[in-house]
Amino acid sequence: MAQVVAVIASTHHPFYYKASNATGEERPPFADEWVEKVTNFRATLTAADPDVLVMVGSDHFHQLWLDNMPQFLVGKAPFYDANWHNEEREFGLPRMTLAGHEELSAHILRQGIDAGFDLAFSNELRIDHSITCPIITLRPEADLPIVPIYTNIFAPPLPQPHRFVELGRTIRSLVESWESDLKVAIIGTGHLSLELGGPRQFGPTGPDPDFDRRAVEWIAKCDTQNCLEGVSLENLWEPGNATHGFMDFMLMMGAAGDDTPADYVDTLDLFHTMEAYFTWYPGGPPEGAPTRTYEQGAPA
Amino acid sequence: MSKYLLNKFLFTVDRDPELVARYRDEPAELVAWWEDTLANRILGTHTGEDSTWLALADDERRALVEHDYVTLFEMGAHPFLTLTLFIAIYEESHDEPLGFQLEYAEKLAHVTLPHPDIST
Repeated sequence: MAQVVAVIASTHHPFYYKASNATGEERPPFADEWVEKVTNFRATLTAADPDVLVMVGSDHFHQLWLDNMPQFLVGKAPFYDANWHNEEREFGLPRMTLAGHEELSAHILRQGIDAGFDLAFSNELRIDHSITCPIITLRPEADLPIVPIYTNIFAPPLPQPHRFVELGRTIRSLVESWESDLKVAIIGTGHLSLELGGPRQFGPTGPDPDFDRRAVEWIAKCDTQNCLEGVSLENLWEPGNATHGFMDFMLMMGAAGDDTPADYVDTLDLFHTMEAYFTWYPGGPPEGAPTRTYEQGAPA
Repeated sequence: MSKYLLNKFLFTVDRDPELVARYRDEPAELVAWWEDTLANRILGTHTGEDSTWLALADDERRALVEHDYVTLFEMGAHPFLTLTLFIAIYEESHDEPLGFQLEYAEKLAHVTLPHPDIST
């Protein structure tokens, strides 16, 4: 059976690519610290030495639109072109083409539907920065085949938070039941508190640092019970109007396993949002893998 | 009131650099053209298979023509779509990094929770 060698959850900040490549006066003052943190985080995936990446993200009204909106969608295609005109325009993101892994896509679709998730699928999917940002931060070579999985955290009505946790558990179990000798990393990106297009956007910190501290603790300890008791579709608006993206972190908590502490925890308090990086090694940390406890990585 | 149609305007204009430029320079012309040609297009279908029933209300048309993103927010247009398109239109006219985004936040400073319902 396939082996899950790493479960990784992260924020996806579209400005990282531009900030990390900027030089001279263009380079923002926080860029060096950000690059150092991302470089250390990248080593957690490199050490796991995966063959395939399952990538969980959310389309930002690029290919998926209100005339035909799936809640959970799995890509099944030999290739995925990536990034969109408005992401080039606003964030300077490059165009990319990533290989797909159709056999694992087919397995997740068939077995996922049979396990109670009526998954939508796409045979021609152009992916956006929710999936390319972690490629850029964690695997800039972009040399591994992927299975993209999109969730709707964006266009209400949304699935309930517990469905995200359950889908994460299901994805983990489906990968582990795949008859293959390949090593798989499950990577997903979401948000902590975030406001976009509202009065609290682009402040000196994320819109709700208290929520961010609670959220980092829930994730780092994989405390799904308290997390599910603490959030609802109704109250996720309060920390910021785009905070429903936190449900993708909840999906990754489901994939990591209840009450399983992360092997690597790090955060970076940036303008606009808090960055957060987590890695779990289901088989224990591989040799040479960096580790960092919740106490070391939690926000001050 | 149709939040869906407002969102459809923002979505279809934002992804086309020519339409973004026309909306920046000649908003009344662009909005009228859009209502005639794209408002009823089911995206991804042939032109002979348009819908027959979609139309902007007067206050929606006015908000779009006046680039009034505060009113669009209050109407429940999707904040991500509104922000993305108006960054494309106004960011270059501000010298400071994030200058437009912070001005946008300031113009919405009167807004309290709960925000307008964005469900469609």
